[in-house]
Amino acid sequence: MSTQAAPQGERPYLHPYLAGIGLGLALLMTFVLVGRGLGASGAFTRANAAVVDLVAPDHARTQAYWKKYTTQKKGPLDDFLIYQTLGLILGAMASGFLGRRLRWEVTRGPRISQRARLGFAVLGGVLAGFGARLAGGCTSGLALTGGATLALGGWIFMLSFFAAGFAGAALIRRQWL
Amino acid sequence: MMAPLFKTGVIGELGFVIAALLVGFGFGFFLEQGGLANARKLTRQFYLSDFTVLRVMFTAIVVAMLGLYGLALLGWLDMGLLYLNPTYTWPMIAGGLLVGLGFAVGGYCPGTGVVAAITGRLDGIAFLGGAFLGVFVFAELYELLEPFALSGFLGRDVTLDGWLGLQPGVIVLLVVLMAIGAFWGSGKLEARFGDKEPTP
Repeated sequence: MSTQAAPQGERPYLHPYLAGIGLGLALLMTFVLVGRGLGASGAFTRANAAVVDLVAPDHARTQAYWKKYTTQKKGPLDDFLIYQTLGLILGAMASGFLGRRLRWEVTRGPRISQRARLGFAVLGGVLAGFGARLAGGCTSGLALTGGATLALGGWIFMLSFFAAGFAGAALIRRQWL
Repeated sequence: MMAPLFKTGVIGELGFVIAALLVGFGFGFFLEQGGLANARKLTRQFYLSDFTVLRVMFTAIVVAMLGLYGLALLGWLDMGLLYLNPTYTWPMIAGGLLVGLGFAVGGYCPGTGVVAAITGRLDGIAFLGGAFLGVFVFAELYELLEPFALSGFLGRDVTLDGWLGLQPGVIVLLVVLMAIGAFWGSGKLEARFGDKEPTP
């Protein structure tokens, strides 16, 4: 296990296996209660569709992708993923508070400027957002959810996700180490 | 009483919303508790020095999988009612590569990005801004991308066991063994590469 000096006052993280059990039980409860798995990028898409619907309703109601969300009877925001993401926000805040980890900060390696780190974060976000829509899900909705239900697509996604992670990280060591 | 409770009508619309909020709370809580909102910790996996991501993720998959198959075996859960991800081979490979690359470059995936942003990490907020842009660009280009996005379709409910022609129990066992192997192997790698680059 790596040695990790926590910044001032921060409590240590939960052991990875315990965090994994907690996460796994949350995922299992989602299946048992609702009949589907957890997700994240789908909520971004719905929020995005709601904004487009507000700014340019004609476009949002006719465009091939947005209309899948905007023409639903309940609208783009009355959806499992939106409520689940609200819960996720509350859970993250509660855990951050308990661990004394709520603070404004730019997480970065010792050899990269704040500005460059923020630029990389935006770029990474664009790639991940686009990729998640192409795949029809992200690490939560495909790798975790599909992984646990043994969905072939989930495992295909997971393998390419880890492969690209290792390859990409090798190219930008300077950002992190 | 048969699960999934919403689909068998045991809980209604209000129960559905409360359930979504509750499981979301657990999701966010344990992601943050596990350190998965810390971009440096997340990316250290790719330098073989901290395999927290792999441990948390595979433990969660194994726990949920064993729970699902256990409940189904007891007759308390109808697996046929669960939503299963459809399989579109090519966009899932390409999308997985892009999300993995975005993870290495940006430090997060969409879920962990929300947790980072909400606990005050400005790079997490920047990542979310980028992710919204990425989703927007994909949606606006959808007509152009649709043929590729629907390519390599293998079915709406293809599972590993169905695809390989094996019993589900065999795959469940293989996944458990793979997870144990990964936990063991990652421990070896950490012992070798872990202490050279401590995170301040």
